[in-house]
Amino acid sequence: MAVMNMVDALNSALDNELERDPRVVVLGEDVGRDGGVFRVTQSLLKKYGELRVVDTPLAESAIVGASLGMSLNGLKPVAEVQFDGFTYATFDQLFSHVARMRTRTRGRFTAPLVVRFPYGGLVRALEHHSESPEAFFCHFPGLKVVAPSSPYEAKGLLIAAIRDPDPVIFMEPKRLYRAIKEDVPETPYIIPLGEARVVQEGSDVTIVSYGSMLQSCLEAVKLVAGAASCEVIDLRTLTPWDERTVIDSVGKTGRLVIVHEAPRNCGLGGEIAATIQQKCFYKLSAPIARVTSWDIITPLPKMETRHFPSVSRIAKAIIETATLQ
Amino acid sequence: MVFRSLARFSVNYLQVLDEHGQIDARHAPKLTPALVKHAFDAMVLGRAFDETALALQREGRLLTYGPGKGEEAAHAGSALALRKGDWIVPSFRENTAYLARGYPPELLFEYWMGDERGQKMPKEHKMLPVAVPVSTQIPHAVGIAYAAKLLKKNEVVLTYFGDGATSKGDFYEALNFAGVFRLPVIFACINNQYAISLPRERQSAARTLAQKAIAAGIDSIQVDGNDVFACYRATQQAVERARKGEPTLIEFYTYRMGDHTTSDEASRYRSAKEVARWAKRDPISRLSKYALGKKLWNKQHEQKIWKLARKRISDAVAKAEAIGTQPIEDIFAYTYSQPTPRLREQLEEARKEAV
Ligand SMILES: Cc1ncc(C[n+]2csc(CCOP(=O)(O)OP(=O)(O)O)c2C)c(N)n1
Repeated sequence: MAVMNMVDALNSALDNELERDPRVVVLGEDVGRDGGVFRVTQSLLKKYGELRVVDTPLAESAIVGASLGMSLNGLKPVAEVQFDGFTYATFDQLFSHVARMRTRTRGRFTAPLVVRFPYGGLVRALEHHSESPEAFFCHFPGLKVVAPSSPYEAKGLLIAAIRDPDPVIFMEPKRLYRAIKEDVPETPYIIPLGEARVVQEGSDVTIVSYGSMLQSCLEAVKLVAGAASCEVIDLRTLTPWDERTVIDSVGKTGRLVIVHEAPRNCGLGGEIAATIQQKCFYKLSAPIARVTSWDIITPLPKMETRHFPSVSRIAKAIIETATLQ
Repeated sequence: MVFRSLARFSVNYLQVLDEHGQIDARHAPKLTPALVKHAFDAMVLGRAFDETALALQREGRLLTYGPGKGEEAAHAGSALALRKGDWIVPSFRENTAYLARGYPPELLFEYWMGDERGQKMPKEHKMLPVAVPVSTQIPHAVGIAYAAKLLKKNEVVLTYFGDGATSKGDFYEALNFAGVFRLPVIFACINNQYAISLPRERQSAARTLAQKAIAAGIDSIQVDGNDVFACYRATQQAVERARKGEPTLIEFYTYRMGDHTTSDEASRYRSAKEVARWAKRDPISRLSKYALGKKLWNKQHEQKIWKLARKRISDAVAKAEAIGTQPIEDIFAYTYSQPTPRLREQLEEARKEAV
């Protein structure tokens, strides 16, 4: 065990997997010599050499397209896209090829690759550096999507993603990169994809969140502790998401608040709400609430705290949902 | 089998003003004292802007900032060769080009301080906002040029981008369009030798970036990007060609003196020796040597230029910081031409939130 922040934990996961499996390759802009702009790939170049830790030219589409090729011919690429806002350039490769390869070749070729990137706002970043694009990836069949919420979670989920036979989009909440430290094993371990985690048990209302917003939810839950007993679920994997755990919880509480940083329109909250109202209709005692950012272009940092869900916005939704008669 | 050579190409390099401030008269543009002065003013203003922005960032008064130090000649020299009615489609490091065109520095500060109101482009400026996603702006320049051609507007479009940007599809695609459609566009590649940590030689195996134009059937040149006269001259010629419907790629060979941004630590990937070598080629002191040598002005006057520039910049900071809080309505107002019912609802929600 060692005390790690999320950057350390992700680095440890990559280190473990590079060491364990000679087919693993890390590639992306500035991942080698510079160790990644957030230092997630720090020291890996020195340890594994420039053929396996690859500083690529500036070309997101080629990074993902070439990763697909690598995965087709025996490697296990872990590609880094430097920021959320630059994943848009990878959509053609991901949606037209990566997600479909298994289908289009009837299983002859598969794409066991990982695309990791830092996502989310509230770090006073420049334009295009505060996006939460998960809904795009979740919408597209064939991709798995993961968003960890703590250092321990990040390491176990990244190792699971690297070992997964399907392509995995791995979204790292940059706001939490250095915000939390906890004990993390230095040896490899796995947190299985597709399994949510009940972070805190409660009886009045279920809160579902993931990634960057989980900490805000926990703070909000503390704020309302006297008024509502909250069950908090960390979804961890966004596709395929763990319906069972959420259904069981809502079966118990009858109330649900979904919190994400992405805008509301066609966000993951809509999908979860629709599923739960269908599968738990007779158990629900209040409308399902969604706490999200607004349906606008992410404002520049001076106004970002008015845009992204704040602890008080979440707390208000919890109270409203928990107390509605 | 017989092999015939079908085509041969060469890439030219232009330098007018050398590191010692000596001029090569054969290649010099027409240099009026007013032009030299204007170029110097713009470069100094750009440098002053940069210094202030870095200081403000350290105090937490400005966002992450990418300094343009060392690149002022490329930015000012190219911008000054355009007319007022011509377009600039920028990347994100060319504050000096904005300032050379008379753009209000307070707006630049507002933007870099994270205030959206700094993005409101004054009507008289034909410039697009900063483009952060590398290379994505280049096709826009091509489209603007297409419109200018079709609508007979007699406008030239100049787009800035870095060495890193030349690795992306957007760059090649735009270049190809311009070649096919013969458009009045200038591709201004600011080769500052690095894309964050990646050195130029690792970005492309090509000997020059200028030669990338050849495959698109476009003329190109590499210029000493620390020589404001060469930058001006090459752009001026490209403008003339553009007015006849011919695109050009100019590679401005220069150096990023600072870190990539305030979040970067360039010492992790490049040597102090290399930086020191380039410091000797500083574009501002080079022009100063020339001007002092030609007695266009004296040392005292030069100090006054610096003082005025710094004053202008600190006034702009004061203005930008006095702007006050952005009203919540403002972050909703520009999403669509008309607010949707849903956005009206969300705005109400946002209004009610305690701040
Ligand atoms: C598409 C895209 N990928 C990655 C980034 C992150 N990033 C910002 S600047 C930069 C390097 C750009 O290098 P270059 O084009 O040479 O311009 P310079 O920064 O040197 O002026 C990178 C990788 C980005 N802004 N856009």
